[in-house]
Amino acid sequence: MDDVKNKVKGIIVEQLGVPEDEVKEDASFVEDLGADSLDLTELVMAMEEEFGVEIDDDDAQKMMKVKDVYDYIASKA
Amino acid sequence: MLLSGKKALIFGVVNKRSIAYGIAKLFKENGASLALSYAADPIKKRIEPIAEELGADFIVQCNVGSDEEIASTAATVKEHWGVVDVLVHSVAYANREDLQGRFIDTSREGFAVALDVSAFSLVALCRAFEPMFSDNGSVMAMSYYGSGRVVANYNAMGVAKAALESSVRYLAVDLGEKGVRVNAISAGPVKTMAASAISGFHTILSHIEERAPLKRNISLEDVGKCALYLASDLSSGTTGDIVFVDSGYNIMGL
Repeated sequence: MDDVKNKVKGIIVEQLGVPEDEVKEDASFVEDLGADSLDLTELVMAMEEEFGVEIDDDDAQKMMKVKDVYDYIASKA
Repeated sequence: MLLSGKKALIFGVVNKRSIAYGIAKLFKENGASLALSYAADPIKKRIEPIAEELGADFIVQCNVGSDEEIASTAATVKEHWGVVDVLVHSVAYANREDLQGRFIDTSREGFAVALDVSAFSLVALCRAFEPMFSDNGSVMAMSYYGSGRVVANYNAMGVAKAALESSVRYLAVDLGEKGVRVNAISAGPVKTMAASAISGFHTILSHIEERAPLKRNISLEDVGKCALYLASDLSSGTTGDIVFVDSGYNIMGL
């Protein structure tokens, strides 16, 4: 799981251009990390590519915080 | 190099997954000068680093749904370059609800916006840039198989692409007198940001891998190479055409 978290964190850091220590579990993508809707789409695409999963729209829209992504990827692994 | 000394104006780069990025990259590698146009402010921060990487001469904001913005873009380009040799139109939009479910439910407004941004914009851009096109200029648009065949969920965009392809033919006649060529590339599905709006996109990609003659999906480079052909003197006798870059999928029957 730590491995997954590190990969997810790495993708967030790269896509959003935020410092790693700001990517906390309860950080909100929009409010805390300054993501706009295009950022969110790019994040979903990067996650799909990294983990070889398909994230559908409804699921993607529920992922508001960093922890939501950890949980989602863990549930698919 | 194939595009030495040519000035290429490219609409539709959003990020490095964009088809227009694949095209811009190959154009640059083949000696073209580039200008990139983006639709709105949120995209600016994305294409600034790309413009730098590709050594673009300038970037310019243009919402192709606005005649005023098209006019101001033309003025900006005229100021920087004076002429345009290649124009790439890789722009499309439909409301999300018009890219799923039943086509019959498309709203009047949704139909109009899809046709306006995805098809009429090519006409408007050609008109605005007509005085600036060089004698052997080349215009290209991006289409998809869903223009002539029914593809699940593509809906309003399929109709818009049909209008776009037909516009390519009519524009080819109007601009042909001056030697300017107008063509479209019908690319196979590519996982771009625009594609992420289409429901069930993964299913489409795996279907192509199974069924297309080449047994694979296409890459940005595949499209870029065709664009290079259309932009360059290699395609000097080709206009009004729709060129498939789709691993051959379009030839398949049963």
